Amino acid sequence: MSSAAAEAGLATISPAAKRSRWLRRYGLATFGAFIIVGWIVVAICAPWLTIHSPVTVDVTARLKPPSALHLLGTDVLGRDVFSRLIHGARISLFTGIVVVLVSAAIGVLVGGVAAFARGRVEELMMRTTDLVFCFPPIILAMAIAAVLGIGTTNTIIAMLVVWWPKFARLARSLIMVQRSLEYVEAAIVMGLTPRRILFRHMFPNCIGPLIVLVTLDVGNAIITFAGLSFLGLGVVPPTPEWGSMVSEGRELIEQWWVATFPGLAILTVVLGFNFLGDGIRDWLDPRARRR
Amino acid sequence: MTISDPKSLSDSVATAAPILDVRNLETHFFTDAGVVRGVDGVTFSVARGETLGIVGESGSGKSVTARSLMRLLDDNSRIVGGEIRFQGRDVLAMSPDELRQMRGNAMSMVFQDPMTSLNPVLRIARQMAETMTAHGRLDETQAMARSVSLLGRMGITAPERAINSYPHQFSGGMRQRVMLAIGFSNEPALLIADEPTTALDVTIQAQILDLLAELNRDFGTSIILISHALGVIASVCQRVIVMYAGEIVEEGLTADVLADPRHPYTWALINAVPRIDQEPGASKKLITIDGLPPDPLQRTVGCRFEARCPFRIDKCGEHPALETIAPERRARCWVTKDGSRLSPVAAAPMPQAAAGTEKSPKARQTEPLLAVRGLVKHFALPREELFGKQKVVHAIDGVDLDIMPGETVGMVGESGCGKSTFARLAARIHEPTDGSIKFAGHEIAQASAAEIRPLRRRMQMVFQDPYSSLNPRMTIGEILAEPLQFHGLTKTAVETRGRIGELLGQVGLAPNMADRYPHEFSGGQRQRVSIARALALEPEFIIADEPISSLDVNIQAQILNLMIDLQERLGLTYLFIAHDLAVVRHICDRIVVLYLGRIVEIAPAHELFAASQHPYTRYLISSVPIPDADAERLRKRLPLQGEPPSAVNPPSGCRFRTRCPIARPVCAVEPPPPLVQAGGRPTGHVVACHFPGQF
Repeated sequence: MSSAAAEAGLATISPAAKRSRWLRRYGLATFGAFIIVGWIVVAICAPWLTIHSPVTVDVTARLKPPSALHLLGTDVLGRDVFSRLIHGARISLFTGIVVVLVSAAIGVLVGGVAAFARGRVEELMMRTTDLVFCFPPIILAMAIAAVLGIGTTNTIIAMLVVWWPKFARLARSLIMVQRSLEYVEAAIVMGLTPRRILFRHMFPNCIGPLIVLVTLDVGNAIITFAGLSFLGLGVVPPTPEWGSMVSEGRELIEQWWVATFPGLAILTVVLGFNFLGDGIRDWLDPRARRR
Repeated sequence: MTISDPKSLSDSVATAAPILDVRNLETHFFTDAGVVRGVDGVTFSVARGETLGIVGESGSGKSVTARSLMRLLDDNSRIVGGEIRFQGRDVLAMSPDELRQMRGNAMSMVFQDPMTSLNPVLRIARQMAETMTAHGRLDETQAMARSVSLLGRMGITAPERAINSYPHQFSGGMRQRVMLAIGFSNEPALLIADEPTTALDVTIQAQILDLLAELNRDFGTSIILISHALGVIASVCQRVIVMYAGEIVEEGLTADVLADPRHPYTWALINAVPRIDQEPGASKKLITIDGLPPDPLQRTVGCRFEARCPFRIDKCGEHPALETIAPERRARCWVTKDGSRLSPVAAAPMPQAAAGTEKSPKARQTEPLLAVRGLVKHFALPREELFGKQKVVHAIDGVDLDIMPGETVGMVGESGCGKSTFARLAARIHEPTDGSIKFAGHEIAQASAAEIRPLRRRMQMVFQDPYSSLNPRMTIGEILAEPLQFHGLTKTAVETRGRIGELLGQVGLAPNMADRYPHEFSGGQRQRVSIARALALEPEFIIADEPISSLDVNIQAQILNLMIDLQERLGLTYLFIAHDLAVVRHICDRIVVLYLGRIVEIAPAHELFAASQHPYTRYLISSVPIPDADAERLRKRLPLQGEPPSAVNPPSGCRFRTRCPIARPVCAVEPPPPLVQAGGRPTGHVVACHFPGQF
C-alpha cells in the first residue's frame, strides 16, 4: 500500500519536477538554439525581410539615426544598416561555421592519429602543427589570401590553413588522457583494430571539450573573418558583412548605430553558440544526463 | 613488539580521563537528492596515550567521523548534532581562531594519499617548519633543527640533506614519513591517521605501522587509526570501533573483537579476508555477505544490517541500541545482546562449492599454455640533455615462466617490480624488448596485431581499476557486445542480447542491467562487468592485474569467490597479479615472487609459505599484518629496511643485495645462478639466490 501511495505521489509530482529539471539543465541551451536557428532563418529569408537594398549608396541620406524608414539608421555611404545586417548574416554565419567545422575535423584527425600512433608519426604531425601555430594567424591568412586572390572562398581556405592547429593540440591532449585508461587496454586485448578503438571508443570520450571549443570558436572565426575583410582580404566591398560593418563604424562615436548593431549581432550569435555548446556537452555525457 | 603489554594498557585506559569524548555525533551531507546521514549518532572516547582503530567499508562514515573531530568538513556537510570534547573543551563551540590553534597543534591528522598531501612546489623543510612556527612554538632556526631531528626519528636517512628536497623526490613511503613528522612536530595530544598505509606496499606499510606504534609509545600521543583492513588495526590498536552505515556497531579491545566478534558485520569482515597464516580449506570459497549497505538517503527502521545478516531473527525489525554486553565491550545487535556469542553454525548456510568439483587434473598436461623465455622490457626515459645518454627503466629483465593449462599462478612483489608490465607483455599490450612469449604454441613476442588477433579470443585480461576499465560512454550491453560482434561470435542482434544476458548471469548480475551505464554501478559490480567482458570471448587464459585491490574486503571476497567458481565451471587458467599475499595464497597453485624485474622465487603456494628460500620472500610474508591480535603479538616481524632501488640503475649482481641481510661480497659481483631447484628435489620450487634458505 505504501508503495502504491509512493507511486501515486511520484506520478503527480514527477512531470512538474521533470520539467523544472529539464529547464534547469537545457533551458539556456534551448535559448541558444533558438538564437542560432533564428539567425539562420533570417539569413535565408534576407531578401524578403528588407525593403532597402544592402548595397545601394545614397549619399543624401548618410549617417541618419534610426527612424521608421531606416530602422537601424544608415552608414557613411547612406546604405541601410538594417538591410546590411540581415544580408550580412548570410556571409558571417556561413564562413564562421564552415571554417570552424572543417578545421575541427582536420585538427581532430591529425591530433587523434598523432596521439594514438606515438613515436615518429606523432613527432612529425605535432611539429608541423607547431610550425603553423607559430605564425600569427592574420598575417599567414593575409599571405595565403594574397597568393590565392581575394574572395570569400579563398579567404575561407586561408583561414582553414591557420585554424586547425588548436584543434589538433586539444584533440591530442584529450586522446593522450584516454590512452592511459584501462578501457583502451581492454579494447586492445580484445583485438580491436586501432581505427575502431580510436573512433568508436576514444573519440566519444573527448567530444565534450571539443564541442565547447568549436562553439566558442565560431564567434572568434566570425571576428577574424571580419578583420580580414577590413584589411581588404575578405569580402569585396560593398558586400555586406558584420565584421567589416563594425570596422567601418568604429570611429563614428556620435553615430553609434553604425557599429553597435552589427556588434550586437555578433554578440548574440556567439552567445547562442556558447549556450548551445554547453547544452550539447551535458547531453552527450551520460553521467550528467542520467543524474 | 608492536603492541605494548595489554594489561598495563587496559589499566591506563581505565584510570586516565579521556582526552577526546564524542557524544551522539551527527554529521549530515546535504546533496541534491536529499540528506545523507553520514555519521548518525556516534559516541566514543579516546584515553590519553590510547590507540583506537576505526574500521568499516567505504561509505560507513569512518573518515567523516575523523574529519568531524577536526571540523574539516566539505561545504555540503554539517555537524547537526552531538558534542565533541577535546581536552575538556567543546570543539563545536570553537571560533575559527581557536580551531586553527587546535589543528596541527594539539590534534593533527595524516591523510591517505601521501602523493597529494604535500605541496609539490615547496621544499620539505619549509612545509615542516611552517607547522611549528605557525603555532608560535619555535622560531625559524629552532624549527629547522627540530625538523631535521624529527625526520631522522621517522627513519629517513641523511635527514639534513633530505629536508631540502622537494616532495616529488621522495617515494610514497618517505612522504608518508614526512607527513607523520609534520603530524608529530607539535607533540599533539591526538593524531588522526586516515588510512595512512592504504596507498603503500606491504613492506612499507609494515614499516609505517611499526613507526606509528613506536611513536605512540615514545611520545604518549593518542592515535586514532582509520582503516578498512582489520590486520592493520590489529597490529597497532588497543581498542577498535566497527562502523556500519554511519553507526558504531561494535566496540571493544582489539584482541577480543577479533577473536570473538559480537556483531554479524564484524564477523563477516573478519571472515571475508583470507589469512596468510592459515591454509585455505578444501573449499576455497570465502564467507561473504550479500547485498549492499542500505541506501543512505532512505531511513531504515530496523537494524541497518538486517538485510544482509546471516544471523537475523524476528526482533531485527526494530533498531537495536549500542549496549554494553561485556566489560569494555559494546555491540549493536539483538542476537548478542544477552552476552552470547555468534556461532558460525547459527549462520544461514553459505553458498557452498558444488561437491566433486576438485580441480581437474589438467595441470598434469605437459605442454604449457604460456611459456615465457628471457623476457625483457625496457622503457626509454625522455633524454635529459639533447645528446645525453638514453636512460632506460629495466621494468622486466630476463624472466622465464611456464603456466600450465588449468593452473592459477600468482605473481607478487612491491610496486615497481614489474608485475603489471609482465601482465601487459603477456597480453601483448606492450611489445617486449627481447625474449620469447609462446601462447598455446604460437610465438607472439614480436607478432603483429593482425597475427595475434585470432589468439585474442583465447587470452583475456581483467584490470585493476573498475572505474577506468569500462568506457563511460557505452552501456554495459554495448561494452559486452563489442567483442562478440567484432569477432563475429554472434550474428544477429537477438543472439547478441541473449549472449549478453547469459554473460551477466554468469557473473551474478541481472540481464536487465545491460541498458545501464558504468557510472550507475558500484565498484564491485563494475569489476563483475569487467570479468564478463573478459569471458565474452570464451578464453582459456585470463590475466588478472590486481583485480580486487581497489575494493572493500567483502566485495573482494565476492569477486574472489566468483573467479574461483568460474575457474571450476569453465576450466580457466589464471595469471593472478596482486600485492596481497594472503589473497594469492588463498587462490593460487603456484606463486612467483618478482623483485626489480627478475624472478627471485617460484614455489607451490603451500611450500612458499612453509619454507620460503629467498630472504625477500620471507620479508614479504612477514610484512603482511594478520587480523588476529594474539598472532600479531607472538609473531616476530622482520623489518625490511629501505625501499626498492631505482629500476633505472639496478644494483649489480643480485638485485636484492642492497637490502639483503645475508648479502656477501659475491652477491655484488655475480648474479645468482638462474633458478635452482630448492632442496635439490624436483618440487617445482625454484629460487634465485646464492645462499638459498640461509636466512
